[in-house]
Amino acid sequence: MTRKGFFGHWGGAYIPEVLHQTFRQLQEEYDKARQDPSFWQEYTALMANYSCRPTPLTYAANLSRHFGGAQIYIKREDLNHTGAHKANNVMGQGLLVQRMGKKRVIAETGAGQHGMATATMAAKFGFACTIYMGEVDVRRQRPNVFWMEKMGATVVPVKDGSRTLKDAINEAFRDWVTNLDDTHYVFGTACGPAPFPEMVSWFQSIIGREAARQIVEQHGRLPARVYACVGGGSNAMGVFQGFLNDDVELVGVEAGGHGLDSGLHAARLCGRDASPGVAQGYKTMFLQNDDGQMLETHSVAAGLDYVGVSPILSDLADKKRVRFESATDSEVIAALDLTMRLEGIIPALESSHAFVQAFKEASDLPNNAAIIINMSGRGDKDIFTIAHAFDDPSWKEFIIARADEYRK
Amino acid sequence: MQLEETLKKRRKEKDILLMTHLVLGYPSFEVNRRIIRQMVDNGVDCIEMQIPFSEPMADGPVILKANQDSLAAGTTVAACLEFGREMAASYDIPFLFMTYYNIVFKYGEERFLEAAKAAGITGLIIPDLPPEMGGEFMTMARDREIAPILIIAPTSTDERMAELNGWADGFIYCAARRGVTGKKSEFGSEFYEYLARCRRATSLPLAVGFGIQNRDDVAALIGRADMAVIGSRTIRLVDEEGPEAVGPFIASLR
Repeated sequence: MTRKGFFGHWGGAYIPEVLHQTFRQLQEEYDKARQDPSFWQEYTALMANYSCRPTPLTYAANLSRHFGGAQIYIKREDLNHTGAHKANNVMGQGLLVQRMGKKRVIAETGAGQHGMATATMAAKFGFACTIYMGEVDVRRQRPNVFWMEKMGATVVPVKDGSRTLKDAINEAFRDWVTNLDDTHYVFGTACGPAPFPEMVSWFQSIIGREAARQIVEQHGRLPARVYACVGGGSNAMGVFQGFLNDDVELVGVEAGGHGLDSGLHAARLCGRDASPGVAQGYKTMFLQNDDGQMLETHSVAAGLDYVGVSPILSDLADKKRVRFESATDSEVIAALDLTMRLEGIIPALESSHAFVQAFKEASDLPNNAAIIINMSGRGDKDIFTIAHAFDDPSWKEFIIARADEYRK
Repeated sequence: MQLEETLKKRRKEKDILLMTHLVLGYPSFEVNRRIIRQMVDNGVDCIEMQIPFSEPMADGPVILKANQDSLAAGTTVAACLEFGREMAASYDIPFLFMTYYNIVFKYGEERFLEAAKAAGITGLIIPDLPPEMGGEFMTMARDREIAPILIIAPTSTDERMAELNGWADGFIYCAARRGVTGKKSEFGSEFYEYLARCRRATSLPLAVGFGIQNRDDVAALIGRADMAVIGSRTIRLVDEEGPEAVGPFIASLR
């Protein structure tokens, strides 16, 4: 029996038989790409030309002064095309799809970022594209739905279960098992059956490779700590891989929602509510009840609102290589507010979780130490969500007036 | 061996066997009881009882909704095990559990097998547990005379079919087509060639499921397979016409 696809106790490929051959083909193409140096060259050239890579590592002078401790650097994944790190994974998988000769891509999306990125890639490469999105998320991320449709994708609202990310994943799998000959499922994060966790992490490792080089260029040495938010875990895996073998503390920040004791959160690795399980094709820590039924999760950030977490991160948690913390919804809003006012930078609600923990710890470190916050995405394109989270009165007036105008 | 022998014995008396499926606790255990009585009274040879799971990845909309509604009504794994025991004690046909691996994993593999054994269950279908992940568990099941039932798909190569057969017991479940449960399957020469490949790969009884809906579908399998599996069709029937419609429907199939 092969143990391929496991990271310690976690991972594997718990897939229906109908997908067996498809996964074999995917594994083969992925192995070939990894062994072919020209693939990574093609990938980085594409990302440079289409997605503004390398993204800057921005020195946050005002925030550093404000906290009076470590020098704070921000890795700007928000400056990718489509506004988030999701582009890294999607363009990489797009190149694989070309190699496999498939003509259609499907994807799940929570916050809409991965759906947006996939629709973009499909438009560029000329693939047909269907995006599955929970009905709840369709409602909270309407602008992303608009853009996906404008780029030619079909967006299917998923009305089953909790009508969020996990249900969109199930529905995408159902499409895939029906159309596997011509279709590739562009999995959005470092979860799911092998080889997805490793493959997605590999594409995202471009973040950490750049950041490790940039921090040495700017700060003269490696950082003391690196912070990343953790939903499925792909942006965290991306940046952490640049520092795994170094004396750098890695900190993953999960969605604390209304607090770890409230039952309304999405903390799998730092809370006490998660337990080992197998769902959506892989083994990891899941938020589930004693019978193994998945629980509802909560976060102000749709992209972190998920029951499972990357099996690679579960393993790094076991090994104590990554420390996991959580940030509550209200702490997230405060950190976002401060970052906008002091730096003129607008992190996504997801990314703001990493900022929270970095802000809590920055002043404990000496001035000559550096920390890196991975800013996985930009917040300005989520204006409806953020304005709602800020409960902004003038924004509400505007929406009401615009609605009245449409009603006429 | 127990399940395989039972099915082969029954098969000597009939051209084709019938296996039916239901989701436990949907719409209620009480209705499950009435449905099972009608199934048995009308000659069903084997019944697959699905323990609901919140993420039934391989199921289509009908069974998916049944899973969700059952869980929303408060169905627990313990209640399913107890119901299975009651049915197996009441009727003289094989009863199987179908569920997803997390239900077994969370209950504890060994503890689940012991409970199933004690309940008189003779086989298990777990669509998201391929032998690469569940080889040890399959051996543990066989040791307790609970047959691990493996699924073959049209995408399985001959080599893969042989490998799956090496792990399987009881019977082989051939998925009639790609996709999830509950959609109509088209039977053509490609399908018959696939069944012939399955037949060559195993000496175990062959069951065919996914999209079997009427007498013609069942008749098409005679001489090509040993058992027809009726899944979503009965759930839809109960939704639309009530549990009393199940008996006449089953009787109409052969």
